[in-house]
Amino acid sequence: MISIKELSKSYGKLSVLKSVTLDFVKGNSYAIIGPNGSGKTTLIKSILGLVIPNSGAIEVKGHSIQNDWSYRRDIGYMPQIGHYPDQMRIGQLFDMVKDLRSDFMNADDDLMREFKLNEVKDKRMHTLSGGTRQKVSAALAFLFHPPILILDEPTAGLDPMAAEALKEKIAVERNNNRTFLITSHVLSDLDELTTEMVYLEEGRVLFHDSIELLKEATGEIKLARAVATIMRDKKNSNQHV
Amino acid sequence: MIKIGKYIIYDILRNRFVIAYTFFLLLVTLSMFSLESDPGKSTISILNIALLVVPLVSIVFTTIHFYNSYDFMEMLLAQPVQRKTIYFAEYFSVAIALSVAFLIGVAVPLCIFNFNESSVYLILVGLMLTFIFVALALMASVATRDKARATGVALLFWFYFAIIYDGIVLYVIYSFSDYPLEKATLSMVSLNPIDLARIVILLKLDVSAMMGYTGAFYQDFFGSGGGILYSIFVMTLWAFLPLMIAMRRFCTKDI
Repeated sequence: MISIKELSKSYGKLSVLKSVTLDFVKGNSYAIIGPNGSGKTTLIKSILGLVIPNSGAIEVKGHSIQNDWSYRRDIGYMPQIGHYPDQMRIGQLFDMVKDLRSDFMNADDDLMREFKLNEVKDKRMHTLSGGTRQKVSAALAFLFHPPILILDEPTAGLDPMAAEALKEKIAVERNNNRTFLITSHVLSDLDELTTEMVYLEEGRVLFHDSIELLKEATGEIKLARAVATIMRDKKNSNQHV
Repeated sequence: MIKIGKYIIYDILRNRFVIAYTFFLLLVTLSMFSLESDPGKSTISILNIALLVVPLVSIVFTTIHFYNSYDFMEMLLAQPVQRKTIYFAEYFSVAIALSVAFLIGVAVPLCIFNFNESSVYLILVGLMLTFIFVALALMASVATRDKARATGVALLFWFYFAIIYDGIVLYVIYSFSDYPLEKATLSMVSLNPIDLARIVILLKLDVSAMMGYTGAFYQDFFGSGGGILYSIFVMTLWAFLPLMIAMRRFCTKDI
């Protein structure tokens, strides 16, 4: 679905992604984890075409994304923090995005109903709490049945009920053969939501494997423990070398 | 572009800063007419204030708006939309919203109290200055991620064109007064959109004596009609070139 080859990106002297090669297969859901500043957001932004890489290539559905914009039709993106024009009403925001994708007919408003956004659609953006804004971002990402969904810290800032509703929605869509890329620091969430894990550190892919195998290899039941174990092992082996 | 633009304009027109700008212009224009009995003189006073305030407000508001809508642009860019579209939507929304403020604040009272050719030209150059300085401010904004630095650079543009530039011209004329400087000063005027705007109005009001050396020569060189056409042409370039430079940068930058 998405293939990334030798992707490198640096901001001035700071090199954020170092020759990253990854393949995201259709229908799988990927957890992208790593410490702060490991390049997760830069990787996501490169796929979205927001960040222009220094070298390397990204292909979505077999087509290079360079100088292309129409491929974003297939991607739903939920940013870490959504900011919208202060005076815009929720309803207007949805109208505008629907306007932009006028080729699309039946929008997916499950999340809008779930989060009861219709009841507050006349509220202006600057009056919304951070959590409500997250709900708006989540509903926007799922609106057009995109085959690829990129969620950056989806549950951060959501109340437990809303987080649960979002997770349920993700579970439903996973069965619809959609591809998910999810970053989060809440490993227990990722444990439920994803099947594959990509671990980034200092701009390199440290490992990329299925979570099942990872748990087997480490003998742990929880993802968090499995990750901790494998990190410790890596560190130890590095010290021996 | 229009689909996005109409929502941005709607958002800006409700912005307190723009509302305050409109009322300020309205207040200035009305008070000029009530203080001065000769409408021609009021027009010149309004011109002098507009030449300072319009560029300043355009520059400050554009940089602030650009950085405030950064995350929103990021969200739009994740949609299947070209970067160019978003860039032009941002430019035209800001420029049109500020033009609306200028029209309500200056053009409407001007047309009521003193409707003649020079007023029409004053409105025209006011609108052109808005489009020019919004473009210059965008050029400063897309160049850096740092809000403070961009605002500083944009303000420097204003400071340079509104204040420092006149000083430089005077200095050059004074130091090289032994040489024929007509052509040189003429080309120097083209380098400053605010000067061009002033000359258009003064040529129209036929008070070239008030423009000093450059203005008198300018009128002599072009005659009124040609001078105005030339000024408007160069001012269009002043809006177009920064706009295009900033667009190229915006299309290749990291958001």
